[in-house]
Amino acid sequence: MFDDRYTLAYKRYPYKKSPDQDASAPVRHPVVVMGGGPIGIATALDLGLQGIPTLVLDDHEGVGMGSRAICFAKRCLEVADRYGCGEPMLEKGVVWNVGKVFHKDDKVFEFNLLPEEGHKYPAFINLQQPYYESYQLDRFEELQAQGAPIEIRGKNRIDNVEVHDDHVVLTVMTPDGEYTIEAEWLIGCDGASSPLREMLGYDFSGKVFQDSFLIADIKMKGDVDFPTERWFWFEPSHGEGASVLLHRQPDDVWRVDFQIGWDVDRKEELKEENIRRRLDAFLGGVEYDMVWSSIYTFQCKRMESFRHGRVFFAGDAAHQVSPFGARGANSGMQDVDNLGWKLGLVMAGKAPDALLDSYNFERIHGADENILNSTRSTDFITPKSAMSTLLRDSVLALSEHYEFARPMVNSGRLSVPCTYDGSPLNSADALDGPERTRPGSPCPDVPLGDEFLLSKLGNDFILLTIDTDAPESFEEDGITVKRLALSANNDPTNLLKERYLGEAESAVYLIRPDQHVAARRPSFDETQLRAAVRRATGKEQ
Amino acid sequence: MSDLILNPNINGVDDFYAELVATHEGLSDEESQALNARLLLVMANHIGDRAILSQALSAAALKSKE
Repeated sequence: MFDDRYTLAYKRYPYKKSPDQDASAPVRHPVVVMGGGPIGIATALDLGLQGIPTLVLDDHEGVGMGSRAICFAKRCLEVADRYGCGEPMLEKGVVWNVGKVFHKDDKVFEFNLLPEEGHKYPAFINLQQPYYESYQLDRFEELQAQGAPIEIRGKNRIDNVEVHDDHVVLTVMTPDGEYTIEAEWLIGCDGASSPLREMLGYDFSGKVFQDSFLIADIKMKGDVDFPTERWFWFEPSHGEGASVLLHRQPDDVWRVDFQIGWDVDRKEELKEENIRRRLDAFLGGVEYDMVWSSIYTFQCKRMESFRHGRVFFAGDAAHQVSPFGARGANSGMQDVDNLGWKLGLVMAGKAPDALLDSYNFERIHGADENILNSTRSTDFITPKSAMSTLLRDSVLALSEHYEFARPMVNSGRLSVPCTYDGSPLNSADALDGPERTRPGSPCPDVPLGDEFLLSKLGNDFILLTIDTDAPESFEEDGITVKRLALSANNDPTNLLKERYLGEAESAVYLIRPDQHVAARRPSFDETQLRAAVRRATGKEQ
Repeated sequence: MSDLILNPNINGVDDFYAELVATHEGLSDEESQALNARLLLVMANHIGDRAILSQALSAAALKSKE
């Protein structure tokens, strides 16, 4: 009745009977989150920080085994930082900049990501997913201890959902049997195979692409000095597959991903002797221990709509992409970042329900961008026709000799944050400023002495002023906007000017609680900015 | 924005044509195909202009401009 679907790495929230289970009438909760994975916990952190009572129901009792997602991008870490758990991730994670590309057995070129200076977080860290989830859960417990109204119940599986206009009724299975609760809002963060999506009969479609990866985490024995680099092989003759990726994780663990096609005998492939045969052919005479292995399959799909009345979907439950480019967990975190403040404002009666539809607009935009990029990578790595193969091989052959062909090599376009161009929440760009900070963009970080700009943005609406005057705060129909005054005269790195002023002499930015730009202008104009606040909260088109 | 040049534009076109054919001499069909693909990519990079490249793709597909 209650079999675990996977093995736990850490048991964090053992089943405990809740008073809800003995209540005479179903207890109603403001928000219920279905799923205690990285996206579900992040949702609880976002809402918990706003003081919104949030109940997470998970059918397991902790963090699943296996490294799974390993590549966490800057924006994802910045979101985690806003929730108060980015720093331990950065400390534990492995930062890498050098990549090497091989075709068959030959190295064709290497590259350096040449990270941009002046950000608190690097472009990427490699970190095993269980660590990532643990740091989020540490923060979850810390917030609980500080009185945040968030709760997680282990071995609580939602078996039935009944959707009403203003609430949902949930039937929850536990080791002590079933009970019923109600939720004003339900957020499905229950993964790619989302039981919630199935129960409600929502579609999950798109450009279907099927492939599988044999993933092996290994720990090198002895004094093996493998560099901290990303190595990617196209058609390795020694790996028997379309591609192989070798990547370093913390604890001297290396991730090897073999792309092995769709029709594989899982059981046979997962036998240790068969995994070792692949690894040995690949690594030569290196001694290693096997830490974890798995076969991972994926499809590129998304739901038609991420919002259905009182029910939202986030993360893999809403959209799934190929692993090329690290766009899974990273885009799920951006979903949460986007939804949290909107739901908070609507629940507080400070914004209309229409604001929640913008979650759908903005995150579908994000999902489509991710699916497009990951589909293109997939098509480059596993060409679908003879001509496509010929062109791909020609690009690789040229890239060994000429620099121009290297940007065409697509082994995964690494996840960059989504800019919500065309969002109904954006006001028209009124500043002759840098393109990267146009309305809809996530704010890029800038060093401010010992601190960073992003730590001063987020959670509320902020009016960032650079070398121009404005009131310290103003309120527009229940929304408080606080000013953050900065000057390009006190900008030793010149990055504030470079990233926020460009050619402009001064600037005013209206920044949303998720650190995205809603509007910008050269100076404070009360009428325009009040309209921008209304627009950014779904009150004006 | 400039348009794809579809009027004669190569000086000594007979020379060029001969050189093109000569470059393929002695190659297998497969090698020739690969050479053509590399040549295409080299020239596309030299052109660079996205709009021109799109026009060139349409022209090569013998799609007439509307």
